[in-house]
Amino acid sequence: MYEDAPILGLMAEFDSPEALLFAAREMRAAGYVRLEAFTPMPIEELNDILGHKSTIVAALVLIGGLLGAGGAFAFMTWTWLIDYPINIGGRPMFSWPSYIPITFEMAVLFGCYAGGIGMLLLNRLPLLHHPVFDVPGFERASSDRFFMMVDAEDPVFLKAETRRFLASLSPLNIAEVPCT
Amino acid sequence: MSSNSSNQRNAPGADGASEDAPLRPVPVLAPGQTYARVSAEFSDITLRPAPWGVMVGFALAFGLVMIFLMAVTYLFIEGIGIFGTNVPVAWAFPIVSFVWWIGIGHAGTFISAFLLLMRQDWRASINRFAEAMTLFALACAGMMPLLHLGRPWVLYWLFPYPNTMGLWPQWRSPLVWDVFAVSTYALVSLLFWYMGAIPDFATLRDRAKNHRIRLAYGLAALGWRGSSRHWQRYQQAYLLVGALAVPLVISVHSIVGMDFAVAIVPGWHSTIFPPYFVAGALYSGFAMVLTLGIPLRHYYKLHDFLTERHLDNCAKLMLLTGLIVTYGYVFDYFTVWYSASSAEIIGLQQRIFGAYRVEFWVMTFCNVGVIQLVWFKKVRQKAGLLFLIAILVNVGMWLERYIIVLTSLSYDYLPGTWHVFESTRWDWAVFVGSVGLFAALWFIFVRFVPVSGIFELRELTRKQQKGELKYQESTPPAGDTHV
Repeated sequence: MYEDAPILGLMAEFDSPEALLFAAREMRAAGYVRLEAFTPMPIEELNDILGHKSTIVAALVLIGGLLGAGGAFAFMTWTWLIDYPINIGGRPMFSWPSYIPITFEMAVLFGCYAGGIGMLLLNRLPLLHHPVFDVPGFERASSDRFFMMVDAEDPVFLKAETRRFLASLSPLNIAEVPCT
Repeated sequence: MSSNSSNQRNAPGADGASEDAPLRPVPVLAPGQTYARVSAEFSDITLRPAPWGVMVGFALAFGLVMIFLMAVTYLFIEGIGIFGTNVPVAWAFPIVSFVWWIGIGHAGTFISAFLLLMRQDWRASINRFAEAMTLFALACAGMMPLLHLGRPWVLYWLFPYPNTMGLWPQWRSPLVWDVFAVSTYALVSLLFWYMGAIPDFATLRDRAKNHRIRLAYGLAALGWRGSSRHWQRYQQAYLLVGALAVPLVISVHSIVGMDFAVAIVPGWHSTIFPPYFVAGALYSGFAMVLTLGIPLRHYYKLHDFLTERHLDNCAKLMLLTGLIVTYGYVFDYFTVWYSASSAEIIGLQQRIFGAYRVEFWVMTFCNVGVIQLVWFKKVRQKAGLLFLIAILVNVGMWLERYIIVLTSLSYDYLPGTWHVFESTRWDWAVFVGSVGLFAALWFIFVRFVPVSGIFELRELTRKQQKGELKYQESTPPAGDTHV
């Protein structure tokens, strides 16, 4: 029966960040934990309310930077000291100050790409389709509408009850997110 | 197009309206914005058919690209003998253009990343096109040393790769550092620009009516759906890339400065070069931001988003970096005199009074003289005048590189080898062609990518609605929307 078709969650649509923030606070107060907002721009207050505090990206940048710097420095040392030592103008073989510019550049390069690509992969992107795109009106989530999804896996989730609760938060619309 | 008339009415700093606008600070966003309006304004620029100005501009630029291709083809057939480059002037036009282009390429990422770290509100409207400017300037810059190589088909020799002779690059040479610095800078600028544009591509995907256009922007957006979890990681990554990009900008042009300073040529061998080159790079970069931004604002009627305040801030930064450059000139010359080295002193005399004196004095006029006008608020409020000054600064900065590269090499330690450089038509064809390439890429960008960070403008709109924007109270509210 249609009513019992499995859904991914319920999606409520709001017309302002303030309405969304109000709803997010109420939902959290009511014990919902698996909440995700979809907004046209970052709203920093949401991170606290919804408990998004991943710092893996920062760790990736650090690791990438260290690997880039260490790898570059070690490589230059290896080429000039071990693989093919050439005496040029009697300068010290291990002239490490002159390795610093490239070491720094490689730290920045690997740090930035570790952060950028890591961010995309942690977000499971690129992913060209996602069930939330099937929600009617979701195309405005990238312009001027603010969405809040309650995951059906949430421990407090009961379809009818959650829907009623969402309706009490004065959304513009409530839609089911189908499993596709 | 109907919104354009209202733009001009609302814009407190619209061109020509400065008589009625008193000298008061203007916020970075015209009053009365909404999320819908900001989103529509910038995606419509991209999604509606191209205005004829863009088409004509692109056609002209494309003509210059053809000249460039012709010159490069001839160069590859004949070799660099077609240029005026000749011993002792072994570095000439391509290197002058390289340093000039890469200098221009510095302001984009610097503005964007530095203002991001400083949490400056005026970043949102200019960051995207300033970064695009950086990428295109880097594309032009990156080609120049390769065209100058003589044997460009062995350009991979620049990189460390296992070869049959077991040789590695000379890590002590700034020229090798330069390869790594410029490549890193290009790659990081590209990442920073693209990361910033992903949410805006998603906006275009969702607003496009045509299926193919939606598909194209959808691919570019990588499936971005604006999830709060994604935004949190995104902002972290974006901020960190920005934080790494700021010292990167400084390092890259310092290394370009060291290309010269580490050589013992009189006029180059000076410790002031790295910081002085960085200041020069930012100077020409800010000038180029104004050169591109003012027409963009004018033709696309972006006065609500690129306000007088943006022009004012950019002009002030251009003035600041111009003064640092002036300081660099003064101390460069002082060091020459103080060194008591006859080669250095004769070199400087030749620079000021010798065969290159016209270029020298035009450079000084543009870079040191004209920029002083920017001290006056009245000048900073006139977009047309600022545009003119920015063009002169671009010319001046090109001449600066011309003077530094050519005069120093022309008057070496051995008077017997002195030789005055004479440019050939092919020198000019390559340079003018590269300007065409830059312009062509710019028109393609303006046509297909939102010129400002739309999602950041939405953040500013939210700040405006909450009344947190600086100088907001000093502007009369538009209608009843004052908060």
